[in-house]
Amino acid sequence: MHRPGLISIWFFIGVLLLAYGVLIAGAGLYGLVSPPARPVVLGNLHAGIWWGGLLIALGAFYTVRFAPRRQK
Amino acid sequence: MPTVLLALSLGDAAPPSRLVALSPVDVAIIALYFAMVLGIGFYLKRYTKTGDDFFLAGREMTAWVAGLSFLAANLGALELMGWAAAAYQYGILAAHWYWIGAIPAMLFLGIVMMPFYYISKTHSVPGYLKLRFGEPARALSAVTFGVMTVLMSGINMYSMALVMKVVLGWDIHFSIWVSSITVAIYVGLGGLLSAIFNEVLQFVLIWLGALLISIIGLVETGGWSGLVARIHANFPGGDYTHLWRTMGSFTGNPMGIHWTGIVLGLGWVISFGYWTTDFLVVQRVLAAKDLRSAKMAPIIGAGFKMMVPFIVILPGLLGLAVLHPKLVGEAQAVATGGHSYNEVLPLMLARYCGPGLLGLGITALIAGFMSGMAGNVSAFATVWTYDIYKALIRRDATDAHYVTMGRWCTILGVLVSIGTAYLVMQFLSIMDYVQALFSFFIAPLFGTVLLGMLWKRCSPAGGFWGLLAGTLSSIGMWAWVKLDPVALKYIALSPNARDMAENMYRALWSWIVCVVVTVAVSLMTRPKPVAELTGLVYGCTEVPGEAHLPLYQRPAFWAVIVAVAFVGLNVIFW
Repeated sequence: MHRPGLISIWFFIGVLLLAYGVLIAGAGLYGLVSPPARPVVLGNLHAGIWWGGLLIALGAFYTVRFAPRRQK
Repeated sequence: MPTVLLALSLGDAAPPSRLVALSPVDVAIIALYFAMVLGIGFYLKRYTKTGDDFFLAGREMTAWVAGLSFLAANLGALELMGWAAAAYQYGILAAHWYWIGAIPAMLFLGIVMMPFYYISKTHSVPGYLKLRFGEPARALSAVTFGVMTVLMSGINMYSMALVMKVVLGWDIHFSIWVSSITVAIYVGLGGLLSAIFNEVLQFVLIWLGALLISIIGLVETGGWSGLVARIHANFPGGDYTHLWRTMGSFTGNPMGIHWTGIVLGLGWVISFGYWTTDFLVVQRVLAAKDLRSAKMAPIIGAGFKMMVPFIVILPGLLGLAVLHPKLVGEAQAVATGGHSYNEVLPLMLARYCGPGLLGLGITALIAGFMSGMAGNVSAFATVWTYDIYKALIRRDATDAHYVTMGRWCTILGVLVSIGTAYLVMQFLSIMDYVQALFSFFIAPLFGTVLLGMLWKRCSPAGGFWGLLAGTLSSIGMWAWVKLDPVALKYIALSPNARDMAENMYRALWSWIVCVVVTVAVSLMTRPKPVAELTGLVYGCTEVPGEAHLPLYQRPAFWAVIVAVAFVGLNVIFW
């Protein structure tokens, strides 16, 4: 998209992934401190923490890279 | 490939309890998603003022955005759940719908057909038929497409609401109204621009929400070899992990299909018909900013389409390996209180995903549903406004009037879809009929468009009568088998053929009828003068060359890369 002033779709994606990463990693860390009564299969891998971390990294990259101010 | 070809039916009797329970963090993730898609719709309203903005997103999309949107419009939630279920039932054979049933057609669209769609500056596929064959062909195509699109949207809406009821225990009316009002708002405000923005967002969420199942599943089974060993142990005698080895006869594989049906029916007619002429997907590519981007978009889409089995088919195969007790057919599940094939994806989600990740997975399903529905209503609004309203009802209105009509049409399309959903709720058999109706138009339309683009002798009368004859022959064959099941051995070449095989062969025959009638009538009638075919037909159109571009920027180069990967995957999983 080359329209002046239009925020890139990748910025919106970055913001959402960043928020999701924080929520998912936070839930994963909480599960580490306070294990659930009925853990999921392979819960010992703590997928929430590293998948949340991946989302934070992806989200932060896209948020910064496609931030409206940088695009101008 | 459209889900219409898959007999996904959850039945009308819901299991006694929901499959998964959401935690507050899961609910927050879903709520954030709804807030984001609505926010994007409101934000983009200011950028959609003209008809080109609203219906073609200003023709400013990059190849990546158009390509991902092209794929996301097809990647609905029922596609995800339905094909995961098919993988549990039929094994890796289900991947044919992603590989031979999509990749060659998408590459063909990008390299061969896109120049004519794009250079002709048409707003839609029926619009191309108008330019090439005249008003009758356009009217026939537009009316059938418009009606079928909103009906299919309603059926998908009902099915998705049923999924949400089974998986989450959500009220069916709540699911229908909340999701459809959300889609109506963001597409009504921002048109195709908003639909495309949200489809790219939804595409990313679908991948991030579903990929984890495959990763953790492969960890549990000890990789691919461990997965195959477990399936063999659980289902001795069955072959669920080979693509082509069992297709030598109709009875050698659980689908009851011969390789000729897969190659000619699915890989040629249905796949090429859907991916190259269904305006629902083609509209996304028409929004590309230039011809090179328009050619690259389907190639990028093909690259990602090739990988979709890793988030759809693989979870189904993992289900075969790790789920106990085994899943059963829908009727048996309802009778015994067990789980059916159709629940394999949410079951795998619940197996591996704790709080947060579960919300992301459910959001992926909701995103899939909404991207499919947005695709339907935005395509419907365009075809209604340009190919029916403007062409047949009011020719001389202002551009602003047509944009307003497009916004209202979006809302109307959603309302008709909701009405269809409630109708299906009352009369479930409608689903079978409408799904069959939709498949009637794909194959003949492909014959008409293909001949129109590649054969300049093809006449307007030939185009119209070929399309009509192909469609009527498809309906006739379907009715014949309905009235006399013995006819199956003539249509599908075997009395052992199943529904899917019948679809494949019916499509093939109707395409042949369309082509034969088009050629015969064209040879007997006067073609359009060559001067009127410029920009529409091969041999009469100067397609800009790409020799000046470096190799890595040429669409043909990337098409070859994707084609090689496609062949490699088929050999690996032979």
